[in-house]
Amino acid sequence: MAETLLFLTELLGLKVYDLKRKALGRIKDAALVPLIDPHRIDRYLIGGDRAWFTIRHDQVQSIDLEGIFLRDEQLTPYHNDEYMLRMARDLLDQQIIDAQGHKVVRVTDVTFEIRSENNHTALRILEVDVGIRSMVRQILKGVLPPRLIRRLQAPISPHSIRWEFCNIVEPDPQRRLRLNISNQALAKMHPADLADIMEDLAPAERGAIFAALDSETAADALSEVDPKMQASILESMEADKAADIVEEMAPDEAADALAELEEEASEAILKEMDSEPKTEVRELLEFEEDTAGGMMTTEFLSLPENATVNDAAAALKGNEELLEVLNTIFLVDAGEKLVGAVPVARLFLADGTTPVGGLRFETLIKVPASEKQDRVTELFDKYNLLTLPVVDDEGKLAGVITADDIISVLRQK
Amino acid sequence: MNTPDLPPKGPTLKRFRTRFLIFLSVIGPGFITANVDNDAGGIYTYSQAGARWGYLPLWTLIPITILLIVTQEMCSRMGAVTGKGLSDLIREEFGLRVTFFVMIGLVLANLSNVMAEFAGIASCLELFHISPFVSVPLGAVLVWVLVVKGNYRSVEKVFLGACVVYVAYVISGVLVKPDWKEAAIYSVKPVLMFEPSYIAMLIAMVGTSIAPWMQFYLQAAVVEKGITAKEYAESRIEVIAGCIMTDVIAFFIIVACAGAIWSVAPRDIKDAADAALGLKPFGKYAYLFFTAGLLNASFFSASILPLSTAYTVCEGLGFESGVDRRFSEAPFFYWLYTLLIVVGAGAVLLVPSGQLVQVILLSQVLNGVLLPIVLIFMVLLINRKSLMQEWTNSGAYNFITWTSVAIMIGLTLALVGITLRGGA
Repeated sequence: MAETLLFLTELLGLKVYDLKRKALGRIKDAALVPLIDPHRIDRYLIGGDRAWFTIRHDQVQSIDLEGIFLRDEQLTPYHNDEYMLRMARDLLDQQIIDAQGHKVVRVTDVTFEIRSENNHTALRILEVDVGIRSMVRQILKGVLPPRLIRRLQAPISPHSIRWEFCNIVEPDPQRRLRLNISNQALAKMHPADLADIMEDLAPAERGAIFAALDSETAADALSEVDPKMQASILESMEADKAADIVEEMAPDEAADALAELEEEASEAILKEMDSEPKTEVRELLEFEEDTAGGMMTTEFLSLPENATVNDAAAALKGNEELLEVLNTIFLVDAGEKLVGAVPVARLFLADGTTPVGGLRFETLIKVPASEKQDRVTELFDKYNLLTLPVVDDEGKLAGVITADDIISVLRQK
Repeated sequence: MNTPDLPPKGPTLKRFRTRFLIFLSVIGPGFITANVDNDAGGIYTYSQAGARWGYLPLWTLIPITILLIVTQEMCSRMGAVTGKGLSDLIREEFGLRVTFFVMIGLVLANLSNVMAEFAGIASCLELFHISPFVSVPLGAVLVWVLVVKGNYRSVEKVFLGACVVYVAYVISGVLVKPDWKEAAIYSVKPVLMFEPSYIAMLIAMVGTSIAPWMQFYLQAAVVEKGITAKEYAESRIEVIAGCIMTDVIAFFIIVACAGAIWSVAPRDIKDAADAALGLKPFGKYAYLFFTAGLLNASFFSASILPLSTAYTVCEGLGFESGVDRRFSEAPFFYWLYTLLIVVGAGAVLLVPSGQLVQVILLSQVLNGVLLPIVLIFMVLLINRKSLMQEWTNSGAYNFITWTSVAIMIGLTLALVGITLRGGA
């Protein structure tokens, strides 16, 4: 009976026969060489009487549950090969990232398709199996005959991840390159989902993934993980790489992350940063964590008191990166003192030449940088705020606290 | 890094302060594990040792502490270096089948431990004429809500608070006014007698101190706390301090029972609450503190064991786990957790007390069978360069660990033998 599918648990231990149908040994492992073909098993590792040998995929005549029959019985001694992704050693029972389901899962089995390719037979990896169905296979493997196991597991609903969505977790950057592991799928995820995944991984693996992501994606994800983990991730990286990531973060979040580090480590990172974000972050680091100054960000938009709606639109155009989070524009007088706050939505209904001063909130609510965190959250609640400006001793606008900062604070309690 | 060669200002004080702050930040795993170790079963064993043999068994506490430190240190080191739980590592290195059977053993052993904890709650509160049919279901619901509705950090604080309650034993030990001179002498003077029940008692003391679940819980807690190899030095201090605390508490339990029961008339006690009753003639407070300690220990362990078991099993088998996930996201985790509590508490109410003792003895046997396996895995894992890099055991330390493991295996197997023959 010919099968179309083969499980890794069935492949392991399968007998390999030469041209005279004499058994040469049993399959110990099978390997992909992702640089050549990310789906096809390229080598089979066979344990003979004494040593391990390999056979190439095109030496195989046929594969089924009875065994592997060769068309070319030449065996090559096995050498550990850095370009091989070995199924049993590197995949089975290890953790991988399910890039579609946004989860870290543990591999219990692998499903291959048996496919004939110009007069030989190859295995192509289809799915990675997790869940109870594949557990039954692995636990019963070798105890019951494979066909019986197949029948037993059949009624259980399958739980598999297509190979395209599997992201191997490999801490060694050299080996990542050799195995051609990309993080494209991860970079496409929402930063918050990516952060959840990071929290499920061990520190070494986490650090490796962060180091491999581009700075912007890494910064977004890093902003979402919990502060203590931020610190350990930054510490595990080279200072210049860490600095690249911190530069991409919002200044208040960057400051919070650096504040968790030991002074030496945060200094080393600050030293590597560009001057502009560095000064902002340094200023923020001066404030106590549980005061308005420690909560605020220095990314905001302010206009002179007498600006018009057209001026405001122009200013918005120059600050596109703020648009996603911006809902208030602040007005300052000639001495940079805060005099008003304008909700962005009101700009749409006003004429281009209207002075924005006329659109401001009736009451201006603001806090000094030294205000206690509890008081700040109280104000948000009392006045139903989305943003709250923070001023320094002279009444100059120093930064802004936004509702998402408040939610984080409340969640941590 | 470009740190200047000049020492920073006030180096010693500053370094001390930093280290102390790091120490505070890693507190939790070691103390909690150490104290769950003195659970209802542990307290019974120590009470029995003191009531029956007086101060004689005290000398075992020092070697027990050393064995405890050796095993616990390895787990916390593996947790800090690999960032993975013990069941994770067993799965990755030894495969699903091995993990599966270890997990089944762990669930069964821990289930009977949970029964022992609820039995402890029941017998404590019976002293105050509260029916088990009230106390046990109430305790079960409380445990369930505490863990499922709280988040791990706040729960950890509650647990750390519970650790402080163990001081109750120190107080009750002092109130009994035992013979401190005798206690001091026998703490360092080994007494060996070839009397089967004495030897069984010694083995039981070791067996109750080092259990399989602790290794899993400690390592997971170290990982959960986010302790890394860098903070490991501080974490190790915490673990060692925890181990010492376990046995200091054990010392006071033995001393209290020796002073109150053995010095009057040596006898066997039927459970830990019986020991508390024995303290009654020495004042209301000695008795109250002893009972409070027992209630706290039972409740505390009843909260930790089911949770730790559910975590460990889900991790090892690859199911979603964690109280921060919703029920629909981690159904296996919640079912296992809930079942452990329900079955554990239910058995105390439904199984006749005579058979319950059998169940608890069975748990000792299961623990005993499982422990050698877990210890051997641990030593194998900790010596893998690919996992532990430069943090593997040194040659000398390996000698100590293998010796400790061999002693533990010998003793637990002896305990299993004795339990099976009904000699204990």
